[in-house]
Amino acid sequence: MVNYSLLMARLNVRKTYKLYINGEFPRTESGRYYPIHTATGGELLANACRGSRKDLRNAVQAARKAFPAWSGKTAYNRGQILYRIAEVCESRAAELAREIQLLGSSASEAAKEVSRTIDRWVYYAGWSDKYPQLFGSVNPVAGPYYNFTVPEPTGVVGVVGPETPALLGLVSRIAPALVGGNTVVAITSESRPLPSITLGEVFATSDIPAGVVNLISGIKNELVPWLASHMDVNAIDTTGVDESELAALEKAAAENVKRLVRFDAAAIGWDDARRSQSPYAIAEFQEMKTVWHPMGM
Amino acid sequence: MTETAIAPNLSRAVAPYRRALADALELAIPVDAVAAEERAASLAKRSLKKDSKVWGLKLAISMMDLTTLEGKDTRGKVYALCQKAVRPDPSDPEVPPVAAVCVYPTMVSFVKSALGQSGVKVAAVATGFPSGQTFPAIKIAETRQAVAAGADEIDMVIDRGAFLSGHYQHVFDEIADIKEACGPAHLKVILETGDLGNYDQIRRASMIAMFAGADFIKTSTGKVGVNATLPITLVMLECIRDFYHLTGKKIGMKPAGGISNSKLALAYLVVLYETMGPEWMTSDLFRLGASSLLNDILMQLRKERTGAYQSGDYFTLD
Amino acid sequence: MTRNEKNRETLERLAPGPASPAVINWEYSASLESTDHVSIAPRHNLFIGGRFVEPHSKKWFSTINPATEEELSKVAEGDAEDVDRAVREARRAYEKSWRKLSGTERAKYIFRIARLIQEKSRALAVVETMNGGKPIKESRDIDIPLAAAHFFYYAGWADKLEYAFPNRNVSPIGVAAQIIPWNFPLLMAAWKIAPALAAGNTVVLKPAETTPLTSLMLAEIIQEAGLPPGVVNIVTGGPAAGAALSSHPGVDKIAFTGSTEVGKRIERAVAGTGKRLTLELGGKAPNIVFEDAPLDQAVEGIVNGIYFNQGHVCCAGSRLFVQESVAEPVLRKLRQRIGTLRVGNPLDKNTDVGAINSQAQLDKIRELVQSGTDEGAEIFQSSCSLPQRGFWFPPTFFSGVAQSSRIAQEEIFGPVLSVLTFRTPEEAIERANNTPYGLSAGVWTEKGSRILKMAQKLRAGVIWANTYNKFDPTSPFGGFKESGFGREGGLHGLAPYVMLS
Repeated sequence: MVNYSLLMARLNVRKTYKLYINGEFPRTESGRYYPIHTATGGELLANACRGSRKDLRNAVQAARKAFPAWSGKTAYNRGQILYRIAEVCESRAAELAREIQLLGSSASEAAKEVSRTIDRWVYYAGWSDKYPQLFGSVNPVAGPYYNFTVPEPTGVVGVVGPETPALLGLVSRIAPALVGGNTVVAITSESRPLPSITLGEVFATSDIPAGVVNLISGIKNELVPWLASHMDVNAIDTTGVDESELAALEKAAAENVKRLVRFDAAAIGWDDARRSQSPYAIAEFQEMKTVWHPMGM
Repeated sequence: MTETAIAPNLSRAVAPYRRALADALELAIPVDAVAAEERAASLAKRSLKKDSKVWGLKLAISMMDLTTLEGKDTRGKVYALCQKAVRPDPSDPEVPPVAAVCVYPTMVSFVKSALGQSGVKVAAVATGFPSGQTFPAIKIAETRQAVAAGADEIDMVIDRGAFLSGHYQHVFDEIADIKEACGPAHLKVILETGDLGNYDQIRRASMIAMFAGADFIKTSTGKVGVNATLPITLVMLECIRDFYHLTGKKIGMKPAGGISNSKLALAYLVVLYETMGPEWMTSDLFRLGASSLLNDILMQLRKERTGAYQSGDYFTLD
Repeated sequence: MTRNEKNRETLERLAPGPASPAVINWEYSASLESTDHVSIAPRHNLFIGGRFVEPHSKKWFSTINPATEEELSKVAEGDAEDVDRAVREARRAYEKSWRKLSGTERAKYIFRIARLIQEKSRALAVVETMNGGKPIKESRDIDIPLAAAHFFYYAGWADKLEYAFPNRNVSPIGVAAQIIPWNFPLLMAAWKIAPALAAGNTVVLKPAETTPLTSLMLAEIIQEAGLPPGVVNIVTGGPAAGAALSSHPGVDKIAFTGSTEVGKRIERAVAGTGKRLTLELGGKAPNIVFEDAPLDQAVEGIVNGIYFNQGHVCCAGSRLFVQESVAEPVLRKLRQRIGTLRVGNPLDKNTDVGAINSQAQLDKIRELVQSGTDEGAEIFQSSCSLPQRGFWFPPTFFSGVAQSSRIAQEEIFGPVLSVLTFRTPEEAIERANNTPYGLSAGVWTEKGSRILKMAQKLRAGVIWANTYNKFDPTSPFGGFKESGFGREGGLHGLAPYVMLS
C-alpha cells in the first residue's frame, strides 16, 4: 500500500551555508566542510564551509578592491547603508534568533541578542557623520598655517569574531570598522557560525557594496595565522582569538606593522551601553591625518 | 603680421621678444607668501664676521642711490647731499662714493654740475612721480626733458590704477614708451609694490616691466606705507633670474624705502648673493634707494675701524 | 601696427645688459657659535631614581662629535640590570608619588621643565649640534625651542584630561618605556616624556647610542625642576639596553621612534604581553610638485624637505614627483639652489647642512647612492668642498629614477633625493602611495580643490601642502601603514598614554 501521507507531506528545503566573499556566496575552494550540530540533541544542523587560506586570500583581495569606493562614500551615505543593514536584520530577526537558539541559547537570550545586534547597527549608523567631528581637530600651531587633523580609515581590517555571542559579538566589532570606511574580512565563530553566515544574506540584500564585508567560516587555527601574516591586511581585531593563540598572531602581524585591537569582552561584556559600543571603537580603526597649509595672501 | 604661438621656454635664440606681454604673463607664476617670507627671514639670519661686514657695507654704499624727494628740496640741501654722495666720509678715504643721487627732474642739471666728474650718476624720478596719474604725453615729455637736462637714469612709476584694473597692455606700452624716451639713459621701473597687494601681483608687474624694457625694477617710491621688504626683493630677484634664463638679459634690482640701517642693508646683500650669485653684486645690477641709511653705515664702519660704538653727533646730517 | 608687433619692436630695441665686473669675492666668514659657555663632563652616568649612578657594567663608551670624530665624553653603558633597576624605580615612583599627585601639581612640574629648557636653550643647542652633527641654526631655532614648547603644551593638559576623552574616565597606564632615535635627540625625548608625564605615567627613556648628551642634560633639568625621584629615568647604552627595555615585563607601555626594522622587532617582542605600543617608524615620503605650483617656493620646500638635518628625518621628502611640464625649470632651480647650500662645520651659524651622524650611517648612504648610480639614474651633487675629518655627504639628487629602483623604494636617511616625473594627478597619487610607508607627503599646487583632493588621497599621516617639514606641539604626527601607529603631538598624542574606562 502506498503511504499517501508520506507522499503528501512537503519536504522542507534545507539551507546550504556558504561563505560570503565579494558579495557572492561561494563554497570554500577547498571543498571541505565541518558539521554543525545543535547544542542539545547533537542533531546535524548544517555542513558549514571549512574556509581555507585561499578563501581568505580572495576575501582580502575583494576587500582591498572595495576599499577606495567604500572609504570614498560620503559619511551620510555610509550611515544610511548601515541603517539599511539594521532594517534587513530586523526583517530576518526570527531566522537569526532561531539559529542562535539552535546553537545553545534560550529563546529569550536569542531574541535579546538579535535585538541588540540590530540596535548596534542603528547605533553605529548614526555615528557615521559625527565621529570625525569628535576625533578631528583644528590645531593652533605657532605660525601662519592652517592645520587640521581628520580621521581616515585604516584600510582592510581583519576581524576574528568571538565564539559567543556569535552574532552580537561579530557585529559589535565589524560595525565600527565599517562605519569608519574600512573594509572587513571576518572569521566567524567557529562553533556557532550559522547566524553569522545568515548575516551575509543580510548584507547581500542590503545596499552594502560587494567586497566591503566578507565572511569566512571555518577552523580558526587554520585561518587566523594566514590573516595575521597577510601583508595586505592593515589591522586585526583579535577579540575572538584565544589568549593562548594571541602571541603567535601578534608576532606574525608585526611583519607589516598591523594595528592590533582587542575588545576586553571578559571584563566589559556585550551589553554595557556605554562601553561595549562607543565611538572609541570606531577610532581604533582610524588613522589620524594632519594637513598643513600656509595662510598668506 | 599674424601672431605666431611660440612656447615661452624654447631656446633663447628663438624665443626672445615674441609675444612679449603674453610671455610676461606666462612667467607670472604664483608665489607662496608664507614660504617666500620664511626664506627671506632665514637669509636675514645669516651672520657675517667683521671682514665680510666691512666689505659688504662699503659695497652697499657704492650701490646706494642717495635720495631726496621732498617738496621742500632746495639747491642748498641738494648740494650738501651731492657732497656727501661723492665723499661720504671725508675722514676715511676707503669709503667709496655712492652710485647715484636721486632727485626730482628740476634738480637734475644742478646735480649734474655739482657732481662734476665724480662718476656719481644723476637719477631723476619721472612720469608724474609718485602717483603716475598724469597724461602719457606729459610723462614722455618729462622723461625727455630730464634726460636732456643730464639725467643718467630715470626712475619711472607704473600706472598702478591701470595695473590693478587689469590693463596690462597699457602698463606695458607705457613702460616701452618711456624706455624709448630715455634714449641712452637707464630706466628703472618703480612697481610701487606697496600698492599691488600681494607677491603674485609683484611678480606679474616685474615681468611686465622687464619684458617692456626696464633696465632695473624697483620696489617703491618711498611715498606709501609699505616700502621695500626683504621678501619682496627676494621675489623680484627670482623674477630677474627667470627673465635672465629666458632672454640672457641681466636686469638690475633696486629696493627702495625703509632700508634704514646697516644690518638690514647687509641682509639685502645676502638675499642678493644667495639668489643671484656674485655676478649681481655690482652697482650696475643692484641699487639701494635710501636717505638715512648712509649715516648708519658710516657709523658702523667707523665702529669697525675704531672698535668703539658711535654717536650721531660725529656724522653730518645732510 | 598690432600690439604684438609693437611689443616685439619694443623688445628688439632693448640694449644688451650692462657689463658686469663680477670680480666680487663675497663669502661668509666662519661665524662659529661660541662653545665657551658649555662644559661637557668627561664622564656621564645613568639617571635612575633621581640620581646619577654608575652602570652595572662599570663600562663607559665614547660619544663623539661626528663633525670632527673627537670624543666629547664617555657615557655609561647601561645593561639589562640597569634597565631593571630603572624600571623598578619608575614603578616605585608611579605607585608612591606620581599617580597620586593631582594634575595641577604634575602640570607645574612639567611647566618647570619647559622653562628650564628655555633658560638653558643655547647650551642645549650647542651640545645637540656637537653630539649629533646638525647645524646650530637648526638646533637653535627648531630642536630646542620645539622641545620646550612640547613640555609647555603637555603641561597644560595634565589637569584637563577629562576634557580630552569625553564620556570616559581617564587614568595613567603605569611605566612607559621610551626608545628614541639620534636625529632629533632632545626633541624626541620631549615628544616622548611630556605627554607621558602629563597623563600621570612614569618613564624610562633610552636615548640613541650616538646622541646621549642632551638627554643627560635633560636629566639634570629634571633634577633641577625637583621632580620626584624615579619619575623620569634615563638609561644610556646600545641596542642591548634597548632590547632589555622593550622586553622588560615591568613595563606597561612602549613608545618607539626609529627604523621600521627595529619597530617590527619590538612589535614581535611585545606580542602576547598585552603591553600598549606606539611606533613611529620610517618613511619614503613623496613630495609632489604640480605645474601650477609656486615654483620658487616649491624648490625651497624640496630643499627643506630632503636636506633639512642632512636628510636624517623620517618624514623627509625623499621622493620628488614633479609634473613633466615643469620638470626642466624645477630641476634647474633645484640645481642652482643646492649650489648655495653651505655644508660644513655644524657650529657655524651659516651652515645649512651639517655632518652625517655616524660612520655607519654614512656607509649606508654611500651604499644606496652607489646602487642608484649602478641602476643607471643620473646623479647631481653639490660641488661644495667637504671637511677632511668627520662624516660628510654632499647634497645629492638623482634624476631619471625608476619607481622600482632601490633609491626610490628604500629609506636612505641622508641628503639624497630621488626625482621622478608624472603626467596626471592620478598617476602622481598612484605612484606616491605605491610604498609600504605612509608617514608624510608634500603637495605643491595653487589650486585649492586639488590640494584637498590630494590631501585626502595620499595615504600618509602628515600632509604638507605648499610647505614641508613643519612641526608643532599641537599638531599630531605619525604614520599610516609600515610607518607605524599612534600619534605624537596634540590631543591625539595623549591617547597612547591613558587608559579609558
